[in-house]
Parts: sequence; structure tokens; C-alpha cells
Amino acid sequence: MTQLALVIDLNVCVGCHACVTSCKEWNTSGWAGPMTDQRPYDEDPTGTFFNRVQTYEAGVFPDTETYHFPKSCLHCEDPPCVPVCPTGASYKREDNGVVLVDYDKCIGCKYCSWACPYGAREIDEKLRVMKKCTLCIDRITDTSLPESERKPACVLACPTSARLFGDIHDPNSNVSVAIREQGGYPLQPEWGTKPANHYLPRRKTRIQIHEDELVRADNPLKKEELPSLPDGGETLDDVAW
Amino acid sequence: MQDPTKHTDSETGRVETKETTCYMCACRCGIRVTLRDGEVRHIEGNPNHPLNKGVICAKGSSGIMKQYSPARLTRPLLRKSGAERGSSEFEEISWEKAFGLVEERLSKIRAEDPKKFALFTGRDQMQALTGLFAKQFGTPNYAAHGGLCSVNMAAGLIYTIGGSFWEFGGPDLERSKLFVMIGTVEDHHSNPMKIALADFKRRGGRFISINPIRTGYSAIADEWVPIKPGTDGAMLLAIIRELIHQGLYDRDFLIKYTNSAELVVDDPKRDDHGLFRRFEMHIEEGCFDPENKLWWDRELDREISTHTPGTDPRLLGSFELEDGTPVKPAFQLLKERVEEYTPEWAEDITGIPANTIRRLSYEMGVVARDQKIELPIQWTDSWGNDHESVTGNPVSFHAMRGLAAHSNGFQTIRALGILMTILGTIDRPGGFRHKAPFPRPIPPCPKPPKSPEGVQPNTPLDGMPLGWPSKPDDLFVDEKGEAVRLDKAFSWEYPLSVHGLMHNAITNAWRGDPYKIDTLLLFMANMAWNSSMNTENVRNMLKDKDENGEYKIPFIIVADAFQSETIAFADLVLPDTTYLERHDAMSMLDRPISEFEGPVDSVRIPVVPPRGECKPFQEVLIELGSRLGLPAFVKEDGSRKFRDYPDFVTNYQTSPGSGIGFLAGWRGKGGEKFLKGEPNPRQWEMYQKNGCVYHYKLPKSYQYMRNWNQGYLEWARAHSMTRYVEPITLHLYSEVLQRFRLAAQGKLPGKQPPQRLRKRVVDNFDPLPFYTAPLEHKLIDSQKYQISALTQRPMAMYHSWDSQNAWLRQIHTHNYLFVNPKLGEANGFGDGDWIWVESPTNKVRCMARFSEAVEPGTVWTWNAIGKAAGAWGLSPKANESQKGFLLNHLIAEELPPCEAGEHMSNSDPVTGQAAWFDVRVRVYPAGPHEPQVTSPQFKPQKPVPGQDVKRGKWQAFFAGKFRRKSGIR
Amino acid sequence: MHPAFSVIFLTTLLGAGQGLFLALYTGQLYALANLLPDQSNDFYIMGSFLSMVLLIAGLIASVFHLGRPERAWRAATQWRTSWLSREVVVLPAAMTLTFFYGLFHYLGWTQSLFTISDTLPVDATLVTGALGTLVSFLLFLCTAMIYASLRFVKAWHTPLTVANFLFLGMASGFMLAAALSAYMGTNLVAFYGTWAVVATTLGAISRGSSLYRNSKFRCKVDMQSAIGVHHSQLHQKAQGFMGGSFNTREYFHGKSDSFLLMIRYIFLLMVFVLPVLMILFAYLSESVRLPIAAFAIQYIGLVLERYYFFTEAKHPQNLYYQSMA
Repeated sequence: MTQLALVIDLNVCVGCHACVTSCKEWNTSGWAGPMTDQRPYDEDPTGTFFNRVQTYEAGVFPDTETYHFPKSCLHCEDPPCVPVCPTGASYKREDNGVVLVDYDKCIGCKYCSWACPYGAREIDEKLRVMKKCTLCIDRITDTSLPESERKPACVLACPTSARLFGDIHDPNSNVSVAIREQGGYPLQPEWGTKPANHYLPRRKTRIQIHEDELVRADNPLKKEELPSLPDGGETLDDVAW
Repeated sequence: MQDPTKHTDSETGRVETKETTCYMCACRCGIRVTLRDGEVRHIEGNPNHPLNKGVICAKGSSGIMKQYSPARLTRPLLRKSGAERGSSEFEEISWEKAFGLVEERLSKIRAEDPKKFALFTGRDQMQALTGLFAKQFGTPNYAAHGGLCSVNMAAGLIYTIGGSFWEFGGPDLERSKLFVMIGTVEDHHSNPMKIALADFKRRGGRFISINPIRTGYSAIADEWVPIKPGTDGAMLLAIIRELIHQGLYDRDFLIKYTNSAELVVDDPKRDDHGLFRRFEMHIEEGCFDPENKLWWDRELDREISTHTPGTDPRLLGSFELEDGTPVKPAFQLLKERVEEYTPEWAEDITGIPANTIRRLSYEMGVVARDQKIELPIQWTDSWGNDHESVTGNPVSFHAMRGLAAHSNGFQTIRALGILMTILGTIDRPGGFRHKAPFPRPIPPCPKPPKSPEGVQPNTPLDGMPLGWPSKPDDLFVDEKGEAVRLDKAFSWEYPLSVHGLMHNAITNAWRGDPYKIDTLLLFMANMAWNSSMNTENVRNMLKDKDENGEYKIPFIIVADAFQSETIAFADLVLPDTTYLERHDAMSMLDRPISEFEGPVDSVRIPVVPPRGECKPFQEVLIELGSRLGLPAFVKEDGSRKFRDYPDFVTNYQTSPGSGIGFLAGWRGKGGEKFLKGEPNPRQWEMYQKNGCVYHYKLPKSYQYMRNWNQGYLEWARAHSMTRYVEPITLHLYSEVLQRFRLAAQGKLPGKQPPQRLRKRVVDNFDPLPFYTAPLEHKLIDSQKYQISALTQRPMAMYHSWDSQNAWLRQIHTHNYLFVNPKLGEANGFGDGDWIWVESPTNKVRCMARFSEAVEPGTVWTWNAIGKAAGAWGLSPKANESQKGFLLNHLIAEELPPCEAGEHMSNSDPVTGQAAWFDVRVRVYPAGPHEPQVTSPQFKPQKPVPGQDVKRGKWQAFFAGKFRRKSGIR
Repeated sequence: MHPAFSVIFLTTLLGAGQGLFLALYTGQLYALANLLPDQSNDFYIMGSFLSMVLLIAGLIASVFHLGRPERAWRAATQWRTSWLSREVVVLPAAMTLTFFYGLFHYLGWTQSLFTISDTLPVDATLVTGALGTLVSFLLFLCTAMIYASLRFVKAWHTPLTVANFLFLGMASGFMLAAALSAYMGTNLVAFYGTWAVVATTLGAISRGSSLYRNSKFRCKVDMQSAIGVHHSQLHQKAQGFMGGSFNTREYFHGKSDSFLLMIRYIFLLMVFVLPVLMILFAYLSESVRLPIAAFAIQYIGLVLERYYFFTEAKHPQNLYYQSMA
């Protein structure tokens, strides 16, 4: 079975929020739209987003690491949100593993969101149904789009290509290779939800300078040494016998 | 619900896709806009665009919300008679009436004294047109945002290597191995840097970020080196010292391509002290750097003409010429200069451990030396030597406002240029690479007028409003040596202020110093808010009246697409369009979007009709130019020359028959030429067919070493990109600066600075970089105010234009002051507390957010998230005004009175760069009974006629239905 | 979790309604076994009516929790996997049986239909009552399992949740039965009062246990696991938005620890201590009003208890929403 997923590379994510708004932009007028906003120009504006970028700090100055952390639905292989849905509105697609909500069936009881440890679902307060990341199901399955564009909007937008998209059940897919080779990990693995989305950790490149690399035969300073002939004073040659 | 796999988006409604260029920030990515039933459905990156290669940022993806924002201005507005300026009371008027008003006013000014009209613009990307308009009008009082942005970066590097970062050039991350980013405020610049940086990291490149704050790009750095603000120069000089001491410099590069080996007169008693010793030779009058200088030949042990074949000159030493003149190679002077700048010395200033500075130097030096790149590309240098390959030292740098926005920034950036130079990384693979039209001569050719006579009634300006002085006589001063421009640019106060000093325009106009003006036209510059320093006072100046009850700045015209804070202070408002509604040219005459491989320019073509009656500002200028009879805009008989802006772009040539126009692509009658050629009537169409972008890829052999690449230089001359074919030798030692210093010392005949400025010029126009604390730090109570306060632009609000955007404002709804927990605890407040931030200028109340990612002597916040109540189409209760704050209130636009004058700009004394980041503050908790809103607060700004006022509690954007349902006109 | 008032009323009203039904049937069984005098149909009718009112009120309360109540019928479809769906199936069954239980009493269908083992005459009320009892227990199970089955919400994920819902629902139901009999002047105050005290005591033990349990445990996941960065000093700076979102509104109660402590003491007093004392005094004083007051106080206490129940629940999603900037 195919299990589509995102692999998010925290090694290169600079926290630009491109995935956040490109998602909203595509989906608000798409199959899953509209994505409403409440008090859009007033106090405490709030709205439905499928994807958020958060910032974390690890360590104490000056040994601080700053992490930008995009989070959307992880499309769990064993999604806890699906069986709890009383109406069958939440479902996991058999053909590609994407977890979706059928808004026409959703009664807005929020129970699925309670059952999600990741906070991946958000209710649309205006339409009063639960919404979540669809992996841009209406893009990735739209055969009228060129193949290179059959990807989630966030993946196409991401300026650092920090978002990979593919089938994690295909061992040769770009996402499987990335997970395997770069230490991809799931979030909150303790629950056994088997999130399909994975994250790639921060990696560090260092340079070791060996002392002898600072001393080289072709050091250009040598070129600048002035010939320093002795000024004719007494030498051993003059006084020794 | 329909099965999503059966759903095809393109079958919903009437769908069209158009290509144009983004303008949500100054990055200018190619975009593809999909419309559904005429409404914007989707904006995505254009995969075929050389700049962004299909990606798009958070702002670009939110263009829809800008397009349909309730902050949009849709009608020309005139301040109601009887209403006070600042009260935001307007009546709608017709364009005809608006044009009539402006025409009457401006034609009178132009006939009497053109400099009484001042035109200042923001980051508008149309300086080619606005500058032309000012020049044609005859006023020198024109500038764009550069002076308050990063002119130090432009000037510091262009006066050193003939190019700079961002549009001018950048790090070749594709081949670099070590990349050092210094003082980049989160995201400057945007998508191309993100793309390159991520690829660089993936390839295993090492990325070091030197910055007081670790956010944005710095977050993914392999190493973060926190530094105290304003001390970058000290660090760079210490690195240079270590590299020289270890012999980790590229000697061959320094000799051939820089003035390092050139002999400088070294006798303080002589008038030509510090100038290169030149021999007699025929010199054409011009702006290039003639090769009439000397080397010291190591074999012959005597002076010899530079670049004499077979010569190996000395870089170090002290020599005496045949005529007895004591001389030293420039590099020797540099070595002497940096002698005292030890890593230990720098540690005290920068806060970076000496060992770290040493290690950084070694990393740079060893990688540059030992990981050389060699590309099998043949090329010929300016001295006729053929090279079988192009080599490079893969160490690259990027720096921006963090270095630039200090009053010591110019010399800091000179130091950076010199560091890049001694590592041998200029226009070589893996290092810094130029983007066309750079490299340009050091300095470039355009010059400002030379005297007050350059400004004459009904006559275009004699010179460029903005230019590149190379000697004191290029300054734009009167017989007393005082400024002619309103902002005092190109005067002895800020001689190399190549982008002007927009940040002082209002204060100077208000004070009438150097003179009063009549009409101030602001385009896309939010001078009543985040584009001004000392904002609270500047707002008062904008509405201040003289003893006769007349406004001190008599007439203010504001052209903008949105209800910014500045709109409230306008007498006349001209509603501009958004980027999706107009034609634009990202011209070679301005700052194009060129790539390393060759020139690129691009256009915008409207994808939707303008909303309401808004009109592109370009059309306004063409109309005014025609009405005022400005020569470039009218025919011989005085009749209108251009139908509209697209027609202007197609047919305008810089001079009759020059073949140079606004667009470089598809010139010539049939579009067969590029860069130079007759106007092509189908040029727009050809741009449109090509995704609105023109990209010329240079042959490989012209892509590197362009400062000295004979083939490239000849090509550039042939296509009228540069005036000279001469090599552009890197100015490790800046004789240009020494000329100003000599004049100030009374050793150079010609223009002389006023007495009060002599010392300032002597001190700051040092031909070699030096470190000194920022000016303001020396003039304030540094015991009381010890903490540096900085701003950064968050990536999702980059360029700070988008609080009117319903999606982006949810990400940054208000701002906090980021404080190291140690600093907070020492000052008695905790995370999330309300605090006061006080500078010698003003104080603001805001909320603190603790962060371990900021150096403890620094506090910072996101720039311009705080807004004035009621502005930008937001409710007066919006978080932006109640919890958001503006740091600008704290930053003085003028220095405390000092020897140089009562009202010196708080700017770099060389370039006039606004010293935003010099501000020092103290922080302390707000009282328990103080209101929990930010301070200062301003009376809520009223919406103006033509704005959608009520949008309701909900907004459900669904393209094809939204405008109809929301009743948006 | 943010306390959802619709759910607080839903669960407390249903609990009291079911409890009352169980009380009625218990009384009937005791009477059948001749341990209590036979009661008039009026008491059953009135009791069933009250129970119906409570169940209906609970149902109405639930409507306020739903975004799209008009589609609530769909919620019956997923009974195989969803405890919420099961509740939706069982609740109407309970209501139906309660209705018929009352109706049969009203119609006086108390004639024996058949006799079991020659000693136990079975009438229609006995059958519906038995079924109703079964369904009531089922409903307690379903309602409680909605919370107890959420394995990520550790405060709820325990059999104690089921015990609490059951005992506290029964306590309030029997308390109401005592109040009703006091009001109607029947002689069952002591009987129901005793049962109410027993149920309340059981509830006190189970709720006390869950309070103790919840004060001890640590969440299985932490921020390190939530984002996969295993550093001992890890803090969130920005959650990605600043005007609030569903994630911050639904899962944070925003109340201070001292406020919650106060709520806890009040509900412990109102649910457990006061009602028991009042029933005791009612015994001694034979007061009519005291049992009614005891029920009222206990019910209010249960509303607070349920409020506290929500605030006790620390949802792991909260790890992602700790700070904004």
C-alpha cells in the first residue's frame, strides 16, 4: 500500500512560513476550502491553517540552537483520530494513506482532535467542521497537472526544499532514502501512532585545522623577507684560532 | 463531499493563468497567477524563472490578501478644508482635479526654484523613473530608501571591489566550501539566498553566522558566533591581521588584481602623502583608475610600472624612489594598520573569544588556500595574459544591514571587502561573484551636480540627483562648502552619501535647514511610521505650523496603495495600484535582478484590473512629466510624447539614438538585440511570452574575473553596460578616501570642508579601514544606556509592508522585545512582563520575551509589526497597535550637538547611512498599575473615503466568489 | 483542556437521569423482594418523568457541543469503533426504555405477564426496567469511555474514569430519588438516602483515587519527544500565530492553579461532604427540604467536578503551544 508523506528537513528550515501561507492559499479556494478567518482585521485575528511553523530554542547562551519546526497533520499509519469519529467523516484513504475529513459528514464534535496528540486538527469556527491537512489531495491526484506540480503546495513553495514528498512504503522513494540515510524520525513515537511524516535532524559540518596546515613551504610571507646580509661586524672567523 | 481525486481545480469556474513578477518584497521573484472568474485563485513561483526557480515565500503566497485588503486606497483624496493635517479627514476628488492641483503647484515651483520640490521614495524598485523625473524637473532633492537601508553595504563594497551584495553580487554558494554570514537581519535578501543556502548545507558546506541574534538563516548555521552590535569592524580587522600574520593571503591575486603592491607616498609632510605615486602618462578624463602607478620590483630592487610583464613586486617593505620619495606598498600600510588589532584586543570589544577569532581566520585562510577550485575555462586578462583555467578560493561571505546600519559601517564594510580580497575571492568560483551591470568602475561614473548652479528654473538638473563622488570636487556644495541638497547629501557632512539621506529630509524641511521647501512628494515611504527615525517627533514635524499658522512643510503629497500612517499627514493622496494591477520594469538602469551568469531584467504585466480609481504611480509621473513639459516626456513641440507607461518603457531612450532604454531584452526593431538597440514595439509582448523575464547568459569565459576579464569588459562596453574597458583594480587601499582627507587637511587644492567638519573628515576618510565605536556611543551617557537595541525583519513580514494582510498578520500580530534571561533578571522583570525601553531620545512600553538566542548586551524586536491605531485598515483595537510597538521612537535622526555641528545626522560620516543600530537603551519593568498597552499611543487614525470599512467578523476567501460576497468594489 | 460547558451539563445531567432511573428500579426490585413497601405508580411515573427530563436536557446540552447538530444522526454509524458513536446509539435506547418504564407505570401495566420459578411475577415494568438498567450501565460505560479511551490524555485514560462517572451519576440519581420521595412524601427517603450515601462514598473513593493518581503521574511525552530535539534545555519561543487558534482555545483552560485548587476543594465539599451530612441530618430531622437541598448541592458540585475533570486533563498537543512571539 502506498503511504504518502512529507519529510521535513530541520537542517535547512529557516522558518520563513512559506509553507504556512502557500497551504492556506491553495486550500482556501480548493477542494478543502474555504479556510475561514475570524476577526481578520481586528483584535486577536485567528483562522484555520493546516500548517504552522514554530520556533524553539535549545540550550543556554551562547550555546543556543534555534529550531524552526513546521507542523501539520502527520498522516499516521495508525491514526487515532479516525476510529473515534462517530460519523465516519474522518477517514484514511486506502489508495495513498492520506487522512482526510469529509466535511459533509462531519458534525463538528471535535472528538477527533481530542484523540490527536499532535494538535494537527483545527475546527473551522465558521463552517463548524473539523479541518486538517489534506496533503493537497486535490493537487497530488490531479492528473491534469504536469507531474512535477502534482505535489502539495507547501512542497512546491518551500524555498529551502526542506519539504520532501513521496511514498514512505516505497523503499526507493526520495522520502524513504532521506529517512534511512539522514536519521529521519517520527514525532512522539511513544504512542505507536506511526506518523507517516518524518523529520530530519540538524546536522553539523566542522572543519579541523591542524597546526601544520598553518605552516607551509609556500607561505607568501617568505617572499617578502628582505635579504638580510650581516653588516660586517666581527665573526667567529675573525677571532677563533 | 466529492471524491477529491475526481476533483480538478481547473474545472471550477473560468480559469486563466498569467505570469508576472512578485512585489511582496524587494526580491522580485517570478510568479504564476491563476485567476478564477477574474479573481486571484493562486499565486505560485514560476518554475522557469532564474531568480526563484519555482519557489515562493510566505509573503508571495499571501498576495491575494494584499490584493483584497481593506487597507486599499481607491480614490484620490484631498485633505478636507479646515481639517488639520494628521486628522485623516479627506474628501474624494477626481484624478483630473488632483493632476490639476499638482500641475499648478509644481509648475510654479519649477519656474521659481525647482529644489523646493522634494521627491522621496521607498523601496519602490522604480528609481530609474522616479530619478529621471526628479532630474528632469530640476530638483536635486530626490532619494530612495537606500540611505536608510544599507547604503554602507553598497558604498563600502563598491568603493572597494566595484560591486556589492544582493542585486549587485553575492556569494557563489554553489561552489563555496565555507560561508560566513555577518549581520544579516533574519532575511536580507530572501528566496535566492534561501535556495542557495539550503543547497550549500546539503552539499556539506560549512556555514558560520556572526550575529548578535540567532534566528532565521543563523538558526541553521553550523556555528553561531554572537557578537556585540557595532563591533564587526573590530572582528574583521583582527581576522585580517591573523591572516596576514599567518601568511594566509592570496599573494598572487593581491598583486595582479588589487592595488596592494602599488606604492603609496609615505611622508606625512608632503601634500601627496597617502596618494599613489603616479608617473606621467596621457590620461583620458573620466572616472576610471588609470594604470600610471608603481610597483617595487623585487629583482631589480627599484620601482617599476605596475603590471610590467615578468615582474614580481614586493607587497611588504618600505622603499625610497629614485627621486628620494619614501614609499610603501599599500599592503605594507594595511599590515601596519592592523598590527594593533590583535584577537585579544578584539575580544574585549566584540565579546568573541580571541581563540574563536583566530580559529575563524584559520578556517577561512586554510580553506581558501587548500581547497582551490579550478574550472577549465579559458579567459584573457586585461593585460593580455591568456589563462587556461579559472581558479577560485571557496570562501564566501554575505552581510547586510547588521554591518551597514552603524555609523562606523562604511569602514567596517571596507574591512569586509578587504578580507574578501586578501582571501582572493572576488568574482571567482566559490567566492564573491558580480551580477551585471557590476563590476562598475571604482567608483561608478554618475556624479551629482557640482554647485548650486546645477539647479536652474525650468531646467533639468545638471548632473544626477544621486551619484558617486571620487574626489572633493565632485561634492555638491556651495562656495562655503555647505550642502545644496535638502538632505545634505554629497556635502562635507556625508560626502559619499550615494543614496541620499531620506531619513533627514523631513527634519531638515521642518527646520528650514538648509532651506524651506514647498512640496514634499512621498511615494511608498512610510515616513510617519517605520521609515522614520524618532517617529513620534517626526509625526509632529509633519503637522507643525510656523508663527503665521502655515504648515512648516507647506504641501505633502503621498502616493501609496494602502492606508499607511503617512496617509494621515497628506494634503493630497494619490492611490497607487498593487503589483498585480500594473506594468513595471525592473530595469538595468536601476537595480535589476541579474544572476552571476549574466544580466537579467524583468517586468510586471497586470493580471487584474486596478481596483476603484487607483492608478499606477508610474502613470502619474508620466502624466505629470507631460503636463509640466519635462523634456524627456514631451516632444519638441511640447506635446505629450508617451501615451502611457508601457509606451514610455518601450520607446524611451536615455538619449536620442542611444539604444539604451528601460528594458534590456528584445531590443531592436524585431527584438533581435539585447541591452542596446532601437526600441521594439513588441517588446512587452516578448517579455510576456518569456514569463516576464529576460536572461542573457554570458559565455563561460566572461562569467568570472570580470574586473580584469578583457573579453567581458569589451563585451560590456560593446553592449553599453560600462563606459571603459579598463581593468577595475580592487581598492585595498582607497585613494579616493585619502583625497577627501587631504582636502580636509588643506593639502589638496579645490573644494574645502567648513572648519567644523575638517576633523570629522580627516578622522573618517581613512584610506585603510579602522575601528572606532559608533558616533552616538561617544556622545551619550554610556553608563546609563548600555544595551544595544536592534530590529530584524521577520521572513513572513519581510520589508514590513503587510500588516494589512489577513493571513500574514496572524503570524506576526504584535511584537515582543527579545531579551536574554540574564538581562531580564538583572533588571527585575520576567518573561512576558511589561517593560519600558528607554533611550536618550524617547521611551516605549512593550512586552519582554526571554530568549537564549540573543547576546546579553542586546535586545531586539521585529521591525514595524507595531502599527499606529487605525492605520493599515485595521481596527483601532488591533494587537498591532495595542501590543505591538515601534522601536523607531527610540532612535534619534540627529546626533547630540557635537564639534561637527548642532544638527548632524545620526548617520555614517562617510555615506550618510542611517545608524539605526547604534541606539543604546536601558530596560526596566513597567509599574504594576500601568495600563497593559504599548506606549506611545496615538489617536486612532480614521479610515479614508474609498476604503472598505466593514469587513465583518468572518472572512472566507474562496476565489471566484469572495469579492461578490464581501461587497468589495 | 478547556472545560466545555455543554459536555459538563451533558455528562452530569445524563448521570443524574440514569442514576435516578437506576434508583427507581432498585426501589422496585426491593419492593418486589418485599424489602420495601410497594410504591404507588405516581412515584415511578414522576421519577421516570424526571429522569426523562434530565436525559432530554442532557441531549439538548450535547447539541451545543456539536458544530453541525442537524447531522447528528450520522453519529450513530460508527459504533464499531467509536465510543462516542456508541453513546449516540445507547442514549436513545436509554431514553426509550425510561419512557416506556414510566409509561407502563402510568398505564398501570403492572399485572404479571409470567412468573419465574413460581415466585417472581414478571410484569412489563420489570422487563423494561431490567433492560433499562442494563442500558443505563452501558450508557455510563459509553460516556465514560469517550474520555477513558483517549490514551494520550493520561488523566482520563484509567478505569477510574468509568468508576467515577458510574458512582457519581448513581450518587446524584439516588440523591435525587431521595429528594423526590421527600418531596412526594413517600417513605423512601431513608432507603434512597442510604444508597446515595453508599454511592457517594464509592464515588469519593474512586474520585479520590483519580485525584491522587493525577497528582502523581508525569506525561509520557515531553517537548523533546514532541519535536524530536533531545536537549535538556528546550523552550518554545513562537507557536506560529499570535491571535489564538483552535489549539489554544480548546486545550488550555487558562485558569490559575489557585483557582483550580479552590474549585477542587469546593467540589469535594459539595459532592461528597455536604450531601452526606445533609442526608444524615435529614434522617434525624426528617426534613423534607434537606434531601432536596442535598441533591441540588451535590449536582452543582458535580458540575464543578466535571469542570475540574477537564482542567485536569493535560493534552499532549499542548506541548506545541507554550509561547508566542
